[in-house]
Amino acid sequence: MHADLSLTVDGHHHTLTVDTRTTVLDALREHLAVTSPKKGCDHGQCGACTVLLDGRRTLSCLSLAVAHDGAEVTTADGLAPEGELHPVAQAFLDHDAFQCGYCTPGQICSAVGMLDEAAAGHPSVVTDDLAGPVTLDRAEIAERLSGNLCRCGAYAHIVDAVAEVGSEVAR
Amino acid sequence: MRPFAYERPDDAAGAVATVTADPDAVFLAGGTNLVDHLRLGLATPGTLVDVTGLTSTEITDLPDGSLRVGAGVRNADLAADERVRTRYPALAQALLAGASGQLRNMATTGGNLLQRTRCVYFQDLTTPCNKRAPGSGCSALDGWARHHAVLGATHEPAGVACVATHPSDMAVALVALDAQVRVLGTDGERTVPIGDLHRLPGDDPSRDTVLAHGELITAVDLPPSPIAAHSTYRKVRDRASYAFALVSVAAALDVADDGTIRDARVALGGVAHRPWRATATEQSLVGAPATEDTFRAAARAELVDARPVESPRGGTAFKLPLVTATLLATLRDLTARTAATTTREDPA
Repeated sequence: MHADLSLTVDGHHHTLTVDTRTTVLDALREHLAVTSPKKGCDHGQCGACTVLLDGRRTLSCLSLAVAHDGAEVTTADGLAPEGELHPVAQAFLDHDAFQCGYCTPGQICSAVGMLDEAAAGHPSVVTDDLAGPVTLDRAEIAERLSGNLCRCGAYAHIVDAVAEVGSEVAR
Repeated sequence: MRPFAYERPDDAAGAVATVTADPDAVFLAGGTNLVDHLRLGLATPGTLVDVTGLTSTEITDLPDGSLRVGAGVRNADLAADERVRTRYPALAQALLAGASGQLRNMATTGGNLLQRTRCVYFQDLTTPCNKRAPGSGCSALDGWARHHAVLGATHEPAGVACVATHPSDMAVALVALDAQVRVLGTDGERTVPIGDLHRLPGDDPSRDTVLAHGELITAVDLPPSPIAAHSTYRKVRDRASYAFALVSVAAALDVADDGTIRDARVALGGVAHRPWRATATEQSLVGAPATEDTFRAAARAELVDARPVESPRGGTAFKLPLVTATLLATLRDLTARTAATTTREDPA
């Protein structure tokens, strides 16, 4: 069974016809040749497929495309204008926050979404005072990014990279 | 994956009518559990009825002081709500202890309640499982049992045995907070106390809840409760984040100035087929002094009927001391906080 839908991906509008079983991840990669989000586990356990869906970090492998008709998708590739790097991507380069790079687009999208959540004052489970302000220390960053696995184990540098950008985000 | 039709009715009543009339249809909300089940071949519906946008995504104050949480409210938004953080901290903590940031942005209040067990055998189509394939047996009984039950499970007869646990953190907090679940059916709306929503396996482990096919959760009401503001959630797991609970405790205590426990709410996660209201613990606590001895006796009272899985490949006997230790730590913490609050509020 098929469905017609539209998606705006990294600022580009697309209309497509997909089998109802198609996930947002497969629509991006297989139908639109947008290969920045990666397929890791395809079960919602690794975070490699993370994109910003209508502005919020989301697992594209667990999202059915047909249920997101009209959505705006931002991948790591579309975070900054062509030829420029988003501050989080630049920080990943500066801090050597990856080895093989497969998880990196998901890590970057997740970090960008997380920084917005922290700026909005959202607590995490390691926030001492649930009603108080958020300070993005290393424990907070690790907890808030725990949905993104890195099998090369670049976590220490990922936290460094996000901490650098996080320190410039409104507390 | 079996092909399916996708429908998006105009309103919640239309969704209920569609699913009620079609045994092969299921509701789709955030999809975090269902889409995985479609891929695993565990769920094979002919039609997905998307209820996104059909139930409320608002959190509203009711005239009686309750807080109404629309079934479509995302877990992340519920945890971030100021009223939840200050009036029902155990709920905010439980939500934040569950899943990951991405999943909390997707998962809904209604869907969280209806997520299914993460028992590895339930999710593995090649193994016997009475919940997935009634009558086939329970592979966990002599298999890899670590996340399995110690309370309220069915160990025999073999054809109905089930030692699965309910995976939700949120639901454990809601049970301790006496939430009311609003459910829409073809005959109208009814209210189910959260403690009655989920079933024990009994002789039919295939059914997780008391809801009929086609009934839709539309909202969850949190009743006003002064004790809820002094609630907390503590979760023990195999890694520090992004893992299901081995054991969790949602609790609230009201301790009088003389140290007597006036009121208590306690629910346990990771121990049973449903979020477990620890009524024996509560009864044991109320009227007693808030001391270590009282807490130990309260833990013993709840575990007197416990029966762990004793599997050659790892059982759940380790959960008995873990429940006691987690409960003690939680009650100690709550008592210390109550004392601190009392001191601060002292006019002297």
